[in-house]
Amino acid sequence: MAQNDTSGTSRRAFLRGAAAAGAGALSATAAKAATPDPLITEVQPWAQVFGDGVDATPYGMPIEYESDVVRRNVEWLTADTTSSINFTPIHALDGTITPQGCAFERHHSGAIELRKEDYRLMINGMVDQELVFTYADLERFPRENHVYFCECAANTGMEWAGAQLNGAQFTHGMIHNMEYTGVSLRTLLEEAGLDTAGDLKDKWVFVEGADASSNGRSIPMEKALDDCLIAFKANGEALRKEHGYPVRLVVPGWEGNMWVKWIRRIEVMDGPVESREETSKYTDTLDDGTSRKWTWTMDAKSVVTSPSPQSPITHGKGPLVISGLAWSGNGAITRVDVSKDGGMTWETARLAKEGESKALTRFYLDTDWDGSEMMLQSRAMDETGYVQPTKAQLREVRGLNSIYHNNCIQTWLVRSNGEAENVEVS
Amino acid sequence: MSKFLKSTAILTALSLTATPVWAEKFGLGRAALPEEVAAWNGEVSADGTGLPEGSGDAIDGEEIFAAQCAACHGDFAEGIDNWPKLAGGADTLDHEDPLKTVGSYWPYLSTAFDYIKRSMPYGNAGTLSDDETYAIVAYILYSNDMIDDDFVLSKETFFDVEMPNADGFIIDDRPKTEYAIWSGEPCMENCKPAPVEVTMRAMVLDVTPQEEGAAEPEAEAEAVVVAETVAEPEAEAEPVVVAAAFDEALAAKGEKVFRKCKSCHEVGDGAKNRVGPVLNGIVGSAAGSVDGFKYSKPMAAAGEEGLIWTEAELAAFLADPKGYMNRTKMAFAGLKKEDDQLAVIEYLKSYGE
Repeated sequence: MAQNDTSGTSRRAFLRGAAAAGAGALSATAAKAATPDPLITEVQPWAQVFGDGVDATPYGMPIEYESDVVRRNVEWLTADTTSSINFTPIHALDGTITPQGCAFERHHSGAIELRKEDYRLMINGMVDQELVFTYADLERFPRENHVYFCECAANTGMEWAGAQLNGAQFTHGMIHNMEYTGVSLRTLLEEAGLDTAGDLKDKWVFVEGADASSNGRSIPMEKALDDCLIAFKANGEALRKEHGYPVRLVVPGWEGNMWVKWIRRIEVMDGPVESREETSKYTDTLDDGTSRKWTWTMDAKSVVTSPSPQSPITHGKGPLVISGLAWSGNGAITRVDVSKDGGMTWETARLAKEGESKALTRFYLDTDWDGSEMMLQSRAMDETGYVQPTKAQLREVRGLNSIYHNNCIQTWLVRSNGEAENVEVS
Repeated sequence: MSKFLKSTAILTALSLTATPVWAEKFGLGRAALPEEVAAWNGEVSADGTGLPEGSGDAIDGEEIFAAQCAACHGDFAEGIDNWPKLAGGADTLDHEDPLKTVGSYWPYLSTAFDYIKRSMPYGNAGTLSDDETYAIVAYILYSNDMIDDDFVLSKETFFDVEMPNADGFIIDDRPKTEYAIWSGEPCMENCKPAPVEVTMRAMVLDVTPQEEGAAEPEAEAEAVVVAETVAEPEAEAEPVVVAAAFDEALAAKGEKVFRKCKSCHEVGDGAKNRVGPVLNGIVGSAAGSVDGFKYSKPMAAAGEEGLIWTEAELAAFLADPKGYMNRTKMAFAGLKKEDDQLAVIEYLKSYGE
């Protein structure tokens, strides 16, 4: 079962598996077996006796063989796990919807437990009537469903100065994509009434969470009235506590830090608060020492999720599915190109479905691998005509001291034995 | 729109202006009471809106900082381990690896007051008084050489403080500096000079987390074992040995709870004193007795007077550290749940001397 050896991030272990399988690579025609496969010729226990009854698993978890498809964190990144981040195992997922149980988490003071019964949402400030809603109140407003990606501004941030972490999970895993159910923020703001606010052009909302960090952020009114969502379900079920149960804010296309979890208050104001998370953090320092602020949008980006360092090629040459994800905070993905030679030549990949605005798009390049080394890259384009930049292009504009908003083209060096590693190329 | 909503809309007094598109109200929720708004409406804006009465200086601040902040941020706001450094870094923003602190980077002083008042101390947020907050902010400014020790920070003097990097920010200019350049039909062939070469490899750094035994062959074999007869459930279940005085399952739960303690305490082989003392053998030992750790006066005195960390005493301490022992150095807010207290004690019991 060499195929199963790809579990875990133990590089040595899965490379062993990859090498073993690669050695037995097959030619283009279907192979002939030397001896009958006992999995077919012998009656297997699962084909003979009972499996679990319907009462065994009231709420199901993935089967044990998938136990390696989990969130992982990088211990040296932060002082403490309660103010830290972990990473979605994007190298092992397919499609576009991220299961909640392995969708990355970012907390500033840990994932709290807040009962629906104890939940309150306040709207205050420059509104006609300051209001308090219970969870039950929120469920009585008209609901919307939307699929959106949520990407931490720091995704790929560790790669600014050079190739650093070996795995798509670690380089690009601060992202998830869920179908949210909730009430538009516009609906709630208008329930409180915005006449008092006067001209809405220069108005802002300040949003904060119920956890100890409170994580306050200022959002311009234009965005608040556009597509922000007060969400209470994700992928059909209640939000997980780590994603803000019972209610979080969804700010489509904008950096994840603004998607305030456990949201408890929305204040209409005549200016931004300039809180810690919008001044000392989530600002982008350029080469000359000046810093950009209010860099909210997540620009178009893509990554090959397989093959990749944690997902090597284990089957040798022949048919190979190169697969990845693309997304843009500025709209829908319209095209993804893939290069096998480090950006010298490009072929256009197949989008599994037409790109959706501010949501993940899955791409495939179905290829016939000749077993030679590849420098795999992907390059996303969105509906605005924006083309995902190279690392060199980004560095030319922003220098090396940036942390956030690294949407560079990623390179995986795939060796002839199928192993892959994170590299930078000329 | 349902009938219900229509009728609600008719009953609700509507005020229409040109701006909002939504015309109907649902009549949901209730009016927020002034006390409720006051309780939550705590943020301080860049222009000083929200700054409370009160004051503090760096001399007061030094003492409060030592008790409330220094465990993570260091006595001189220099930062311990990976915790944020709050002082220093002047003129480093255009250097490699700039040091971004309240002094070197933050454009608004209001941000420091706002964040400290609402979100600090870490693990015990929102417990500082307005005077304490002013004093801590003053101490941070003093540590950054931005004020003298006799400067009294208050609403009235707040904007006398000059933030060195106040003019260091520009509003997102990507549309002009990036979007305009990175667009259009991209190159498809002969896009760069050949040959393309690898210039940097992540493997050289080797900082990617590795998991021990993530793909142990034994684990795999178990999953694909072909049994000839029906597997007996008994044979698959690992026998669980339960020692009389030690609950392994509870200890395992305690290991998770202990994450809350790990920022300050180490336990196990090679554990060292950090912000808090090493905890090997702590259960049943005398209070204040770990070699090389500088205890608070009350903790050291309690140990001399014969306080032993029995499970009951430890649980009481963990439930409410400051309540149990006033002026303990342990800044932790406490484990409110009794289950968590017992679990973490069970976990600590698994580490003897």
